Amino acid sequence: MIRKKGGKSLPKISTASLPDIVFMLLFFFMVVTVMRDTDQMVEVSYPKATELQKLEKKSLVSHLSVGPPTAKWQTKFGTAPRIQLNDRIATDVKEVRTFIQNERGKLKEALQGKMTTSLKVDEGVKMGIISEIKTELRKASALKINYSARTNEELSDQ
Amino acid sequence: MAKKKREAPEINASSMADIAFLLLIFFLVTTTMDVDKGIVATLPPWVPEQEPPEDVEANARNVLEILVNANDQLLVEGEVMDIKDLKGITIKHITNNGVDPDFSLSPQKAIVSLKNDKGTSYGRYLSVYDRLRAAYNQVRNDFSMNTYGKAYDDLEKVDQKKVREVYPLKLSEAEPKDYSGGGQ
Repeated sequence: MIRKKGGKSLPKISTASLPDIVFMLLFFFMVVTVMRDTDQMVEVSYPKATELQKLEKKSLVSHLSVGPPTAKWQTKFGTAPRIQLNDRIATDVKEVRTFIQNERGKLKEALQGKMTTSLKVDEGVKMGIISEIKTELRKASALKINYSARTNEELSDQ
Repeated sequence: MAKKKREAPEINASSMADIAFLLLIFFLVTTTMDVDKGIVATLPPWVPEQEPPEDVEANARNVLEILVNANDQLLVEGEVMDIKDLKGITIKHITNNGVDPDFSLSPQKAIVSLKNDKGTSYGRYLSVYDRLRAAYNQVRNDFSMNTYGKAYDDLEKVDQKKVREVYPLKLSEAEPKDYSGGGQ
């Protein structure tokens, strides 16, 4: 094949291994994929921290975002920080409790105690609203929480 | 090129790549690589009545008092402090063992009290909280290195619990007060 005898036709490059390569990539992405569950209705820029832990058991985590509504929702909800529970924006902080109870109801009974609430809060939000949310979480006895944050490279070496 | 005697006819696999590409692109688009990372914390359970003040007998020296005001400024034990020094002073407080009369008697008795204003930003709150956790993590890690010769994270669960009992994280968070009137 490679020897040029006639020198007329170029040898074909074998593409037989192409599917294998593509499948390899495909499996990689299939494994790491987390389907986007809901679209963000509030803008969240995470605060920085160093003592981070990865959240395990994604199915046991319920998400709660707090921040100013995105441009799309500003006409409806204004620019003041709002609480997003799954795919809707809460009008009152008391809705957090029913939200937690609903989320807990979706889990198996044995796992209900392990439920974690991930607080995705914008760094500019004031503590007043956060402590109200925390009170609601305590009332709903959702005591395991997680403050979502980014890695702080400047401080991590200390 | 020349085929050998007799072979089973090959299945044309040239479209396989196309199909795989299609799937690949789908997963590429739907992938979100960011892993949810954060500081794990446990809230105190809710008590219906007004909570009785914890540890009434807690000496003033055992409590490291941290105040954060609405301008995100830090007051530690009555003195203005930069957040860079917070980890150091917390470690000093925990590991004091009664040496300095201003700091705790023993790690078991040491309490960190964190008070916010309603107008404090969440970013500042979390960075303060992060520094406190960093202090405890370092103290625990040092203890674990000296006792077990291993990092805290590499210890067995039982030993981790023992280390936690030696250096318990006693963080008391008061309800934010509205000193400035800036919180909504």
